[in-house]
Amino acid sequence: MDRALLVASTICFLFGFAYTMYALGAGRYRPSRYNFTVIFAGFLLQTAFLFRRGEQLGRCPLSNLFEVLIFLSWSIVLLYLLVGPTYRLSLLGAFTSPLVVLFQVFALVAPIDSPPGAKIAPDPWLELHAALSIIAYGAFAMACVAGVMYLAQERQLKTHQIRSLFYHLPPISNLATATSQLLLCGFLLLTAGLLAGFVVGSPRPKVLWGVAVWLIYGAILHAGKLRWISPRRVALFSVLAFTLTLSTLWGLTFLAASRL
Amino acid sequence: MHVICQGLSHHAANVRLREEFAIPDSRLGETALHVRTMEGICEAVVLSTCNRVEVYAAATDSVAAFRSLDRFFHERAEGETDEVPFYRHAAPESVRHLFGVVCGLESMVLGETEILGQVKKAYQAAAESGSTSSCLNRLFQRSFNVAKEIRSQTNITRGSVSVGSVAVDLAEKIFGELTGCKVMILGAGETSELTARALRARGVRAIFVSNRSLARAEALAVEIGGKAIPFEGWDREFTGVDILISSTAAPRPLITAARLSPLMRLRQNRPLFVIDLAVPRDVEPEVNDLEGVYLYDIDSLQAITQQSLENRRREVSLCEQMIERHVRDFTGWLGRAGGPPPSPGAGETSPPGRRFHAAES
Repeated sequence: MDRALLVASTICFLFGFAYTMYALGAGRYRPSRYNFTVIFAGFLLQTAFLFRRGEQLGRCPLSNLFEVLIFLSWSIVLLYLLVGPTYRLSLLGAFTSPLVVLFQVFALVAPIDSPPGAKIAPDPWLELHAALSIIAYGAFAMACVAGVMYLAQERQLKTHQIRSLFYHLPPISNLATATSQLLLCGFLLLTAGLLAGFVVGSPRPKVLWGVAVWLIYGAILHAGKLRWISPRRVALFSVLAFTLTLSTLWGLTFLAASRL
Repeated sequence: MHVICQGLSHHAANVRLREEFAIPDSRLGETALHVRTMEGICEAVVLSTCNRVEVYAAATDSVAAFRSLDRFFHERAEGETDEVPFYRHAAPESVRHLFGVVCGLESMVLGETEILGQVKKAYQAAAESGSTSSCLNRLFQRSFNVAKEIRSQTNITRGSVSVGSVAVDLAEKIFGELTGCKVMILGAGETSELTARALRARGVRAIFVSNRSLARAEALAVEIGGKAIPFEGWDREFTGVDILISSTAAPRPLITAARLSPLMRLRQNRPLFVIDLAVPRDVEPEVNDLEGVYLYDIDSLQAITQQSLENRRREVSLCEQMIERHVRDFTGWLGRAGGPPPSPGAGETSPPGRRFHAAES
C-alpha cells in the first residue's frame, strides 16, 4: 500500500511534467492552475506515504536512503508550493517535477529500502536535526531549480536566441530574487539542523560534511547579498553546490543510518 | 434575412482613397442610423479605422441593400466611385470577413489587437443609435467571442512586432516590473522616442534625455515627461540607469567595453539593458560580453519582430479553422431565422476561394 501511494504520486508529477512539455512543444502552453493542482495531488500522496511509514517506524521516516530521498522529494514539493505562487514563477513546476520524479523513481527501483524494524524510542533532537537538514536540502534543491531557470532565460537574453520558452519563463530579476530567498531559507534551516545535530552529538565526519555544506552555501549567500558576485554567478553556484551536495548524499545517509 | 458587408481597406485602397471615405468616431452612430433607413436595409453598423471603412448590414433584400450601399459610398466620395476597389460580401463570406477583421487577420500588422476595440466602439455607437437589432447584435457579440477564443487558444497575438514593443518585452524579462527602472536616452531620434514612450506606457517613471543639442533634449524631455541632462555629463548619471537607448549620429562608438567595464563595477552587478538604434552603431558589440549587460542593436530587434511575425503567420490556418466553425454556427442560425440557406460559394462576391489576406503574405 505504501509503495502504491508513492507510485501514484510519481505518476502525478510525471503527468504534470509531460503535459507541460507537450503544451510547450505544441506552442499551446498557457499558465493555469492545472499543473499546480496535479503537483499538489502528488504532494498529498507523498505526505500520506511518509505518515504511514512514520507510523510503522514510530518516528520520523529518515532511517535509510530510500526514506531520505522521499523526504527530500517531499520537501522540494513543499517549497515549490510555497515559492511558486509567492514569486509568480511560471513554469517552476515544469522544472521541479523532473527532479522529484528522478528521486522517486530511483528510490522505488534501487534496492535501498529495508523493511521497518522494531519500533525504537524516538530521539526528538535527532529527528529535528535530520528533518531540518533534509528540508534545508529541499530549499537548496529549489534554489538549484530556480538557478537553472535563471541560466536558461539569461542565456536567451544574452545570445539573442529568443525562442517560445523565453515568453513563458519568468523575468530573470524574479528568478534571482527567488534563488536568493531559497538560499537564505535553506541556510537558516541548515543552521538550525546543525545546531540540533551538535546537541545530539553526531559522528565527526557527518558534522564536518554538514559544516562544509553550510560554509559553501553561506559563502554564496553572503557574496550574493553584498553583490560581490553577479546574480548569474549566484545561480550558477547554486546549481553547482546542490550537485555537489547531492553527490555526497549517499555517504551522509549511510552515516545517518548507522546512527538512527 | 441577409447579412452583407461592403467596404474598402488598405489591401487594395491607398490612404488617399481611404481618407475620402473615413468617418470620425463621433459620427459613427448617426451614419449607421442613416444607412439603416436606406432601401433594403434594416440594421447597420459602420466601421471606420485608418485602414478600412466598412458597412455591415442586415438586409431583407440583398440586391437592393447593395445598391443602397453603393449610393451611400457615392454620397461620401469626392469623385466617381466606379474605380474604387470596394469589396462586397454576402453571407457566409460577410460573416467570415467580420470574424477575420476582429481577430486581426485582416490588419496591416497581423494579429494586432487594437482592431477589436475599434469594432466594439463602432458596434456600440450603432447600438446606441438604434441601428442594430437581433441579427447584427448576435453577429457582433459572436465576433467578440471569436476574437477572445482565438486570442486565448492561438498564438496569433503573441510576440511583439515593432521595435518599441520588442524592447519593452525584453526589458520586462530582465527587470520584471518597470516602474522602478531608470531610462536614459542618448540622442533624440524618432525610434528612441517611440521606444521611450512604449517603456513609459508600461510603467517606467524616470527618463533622462541627453543630446548634443540641449534644446532638442529639453523638447523631447517635455514631450515624454522626462528630464534633460547635458550631453557632456551623461556618464555621471549612468550608474543609476537601468535601460540605455542610444541613437546619436556619432561616427564611431561612444560606448566601448573598456569604458563601460569600470562603470559596471560601480553598479554593483545590477543588470543593464542597452538598446543601440544608431547606424553606425553607438555601442561596441563587445559590450554584450560584459557580465550583466544585455545589448541589442537595430538588427537584433528587427530579427525578433520578424520571428514574431513568422510565428503569427503559422497560426493563421488554425485561426481559419476556428473561425470556420463559428461561421457555420452563425449561418446555421441565420438560416433558421429566415435567412438564405448557406451553400458552397455563396456570398463570394470577391474572388472565389479567398481566405484572409494574412495567409497570402
